[in-house]
Amino acid sequence: MTQTLTVREALRDAMAEEMRRDSNVFLMGEEVAQYHGAYKVSQGLWEEFGDKRVVDTPITEHGFAGLGVGAAFVGLKPIVEFMTFNFSMQAIDQIINSAAKTLYMSGGQMGCPIVFRGPNGAASRVGAQHSQCFASWYAHCPGLKVVSPYSAADAKGLLKSAIRDPNPVIFLENELIYGRSFEVPTDEDYLIPLGKASIVRPGKDVTITAFSITVGHALQAAEQLSDLGIDAEVIDLRTIRPLDRETIIRSVKSTNRLVSVEEGWPFAGVGSEICTMICEEAFDFLDAPPVRIAAEDVPLPYAANLEKLALPSVEKIINAVKTVCYK
Amino acid sequence: MAAQLRAVKAVESPYDEEVSMSQMKQSKAELLKCYEQMVLIRRFEERAGQLYGMGLIGGFCHLYIGQEAVIVGLQGCVQPQDTVITGYRDHGHMLACGMDPKGVMAELTGRQAGYSKGKGGSMHMFSREKNFFGGHGIVGSQVSLGTGMAFGHKYKEDNGVCLTFMGDGGINQGQVYESFNMAALWKLPVVYIVEDNGYAMGTSVARGSASGEFHKRGEPYGIPGRVADGMDLFAVQEAGAWALDYVRKGNGPALLHIKTYRYRGHSMSDPANYRTKEEVEKVRQDHDPIELFRQHILSKKVATEDALKTIEKQVKDIVTEAAAFAQSSPEPDAGELYTDILI
Repeated sequence: MTQTLTVREALRDAMAEEMRRDSNVFLMGEEVAQYHGAYKVSQGLWEEFGDKRVVDTPITEHGFAGLGVGAAFVGLKPIVEFMTFNFSMQAIDQIINSAAKTLYMSGGQMGCPIVFRGPNGAASRVGAQHSQCFASWYAHCPGLKVVSPYSAADAKGLLKSAIRDPNPVIFLENELIYGRSFEVPTDEDYLIPLGKASIVRPGKDVTITAFSITVGHALQAAEQLSDLGIDAEVIDLRTIRPLDRETIIRSVKSTNRLVSVEEGWPFAGVGSEICTMICEEAFDFLDAPPVRIAAEDVPLPYAANLEKLALPSVEKIINAVKTVCYK
Repeated sequence: MAAQLRAVKAVESPYDEEVSMSQMKQSKAELLKCYEQMVLIRRFEERAGQLYGMGLIGGFCHLYIGQEAVIVGLQGCVQPQDTVITGYRDHGHMLACGMDPKGVMAELTGRQAGYSKGKGGSMHMFSREKNFFGGHGIVGSQVSLGTGMAFGHKYKEDNGVCLTFMGDGGINQGQVYESFNMAALWKLPVVYIVEDNGYAMGTSVARGSASGEFHKRGEPYGIPGRVADGMDLFAVQEAGAWALDYVRKGNGPALLHIKTYRYRGHSMSDPANYRTKEEVEKVRQDHDPIELFRQHILSKKVATEDALKTIEKQVKDIVTEAAAFAQSSPEPDAGELYTDILI
């Protein structure tokens, strides 16, 4: 059984189901309760769960991130919403130094079951401070899991798994796909394990890795490439850390070509990691040097034409695939 | 010098008139337990300093010597469900929370039997069993964390209070005020304790704080504050009893400004050139918290000199045993490198 849901609704349903299931789960963040979330992701939750479990915070990211981590230390399971992940930079010390490292520094005593979630990456014409992908930032850090779904079904299944996970999870959404609709299983125990990628389009000529909104770009590119006689395999990474190395390596060993796509900057990005991994694990299988598609190495500009130039696009992916296929 | 005055008994304390050592209603056993804990912290820290000098303890090591009455006084006010969190100068808090000196010392030497299996070190130790939640190395971060622990107490309705310690340096961090705002807004059960030892590393309060009246820092949020002389165990207890009672009744947070003094440098590598030897010596001579308490015990005939010496001997043995244990316990197994990263 499935139903058609937007990503926004799927995320809301995931939280509602997990809050019904476990009274220690609560949601906090700016405008999550009475306003229903700046992007309406928490629609209806305050009405169902009340002030105690859906908590509007002041504008105080560093403070409420730390507060959430402290609450997790004493056994609660906070879902902390950042209105956008850009604002998580105010809180990154608590996320990394407190949430990610304390289990290790305590010799395993201090688990921190917390989810930090919210929209990540570029939105539309909001300028450099509000348009940044944090996938590689957080994926750099041991002690965190980093998830970034594309479809509504994945958004729901992964968020439910993230809430049930005993570790701190960074859950990167994307504002521009909140309104896209997908078929979503209705089963309340529909869980997708963290750390597993998904081959969303099988193919034999080239492997394209992508996550979040860029999965849509990659799928469009693959459709157009098929007209050129190139059969692209598209892998939705879904989880950035731990990365599903096995799925990527197996794919590249069969296609012999790799294009990685992400919305973050290229330097030390997710694509850099994937390309390194392939060089280490599947070098002899490569028929062409891998190519990374990332945001251009600039703060994101406001002007419509420049913004478009700065971000990954279907066209850039097609050109990269042509390059690695020598076409 | 403001810095020197800070070490003098807090004349502006509202407790100076109300509290005298003789007025405290505590059993002889309770008083002697406090004495034992204060001496244990002192001797433990002295030994840690020695082990550091011998190269057996590495990295940063911040000693609590001089501040013993603060944590011992406050721990005398707590209930079993209460929780404690502090910054990096944490050895005294751990011992006062009842953590095993052997486990603490073994962590300092980076051994498998340490509280964090040797993976945390001086600034990062925890004991869920003893409700001690660290041990945090980023100045001020524990204030938001402690506020979240208080959020947990309220959420779970367990009638617990979180004691959140910070220093006269940490109180200037921005997230402290973010935390004050939320704690007051949501009436969270948290007691904020500023252990003002006069110096944030090498910067005196006068040089680092526009106002040194830290008990007033919560006023804009409606958080009541009190000052107490941190060299006087009973003054700390009195302040702690007030704060915990106020908070446990559901009134929201309270703030204590405890004026104390550290005899040693900020860390073991600090030559303390920012203050005079005379300043330190004067506090040691006139305001040492252990000596003051010892004199009280003797003058009020709580115990005899011999009884105190017996306690001191027992403490010495405990510390000797801890130091030996910390040196003989093996280093963590190489396999521990990749454990405890995720559950």
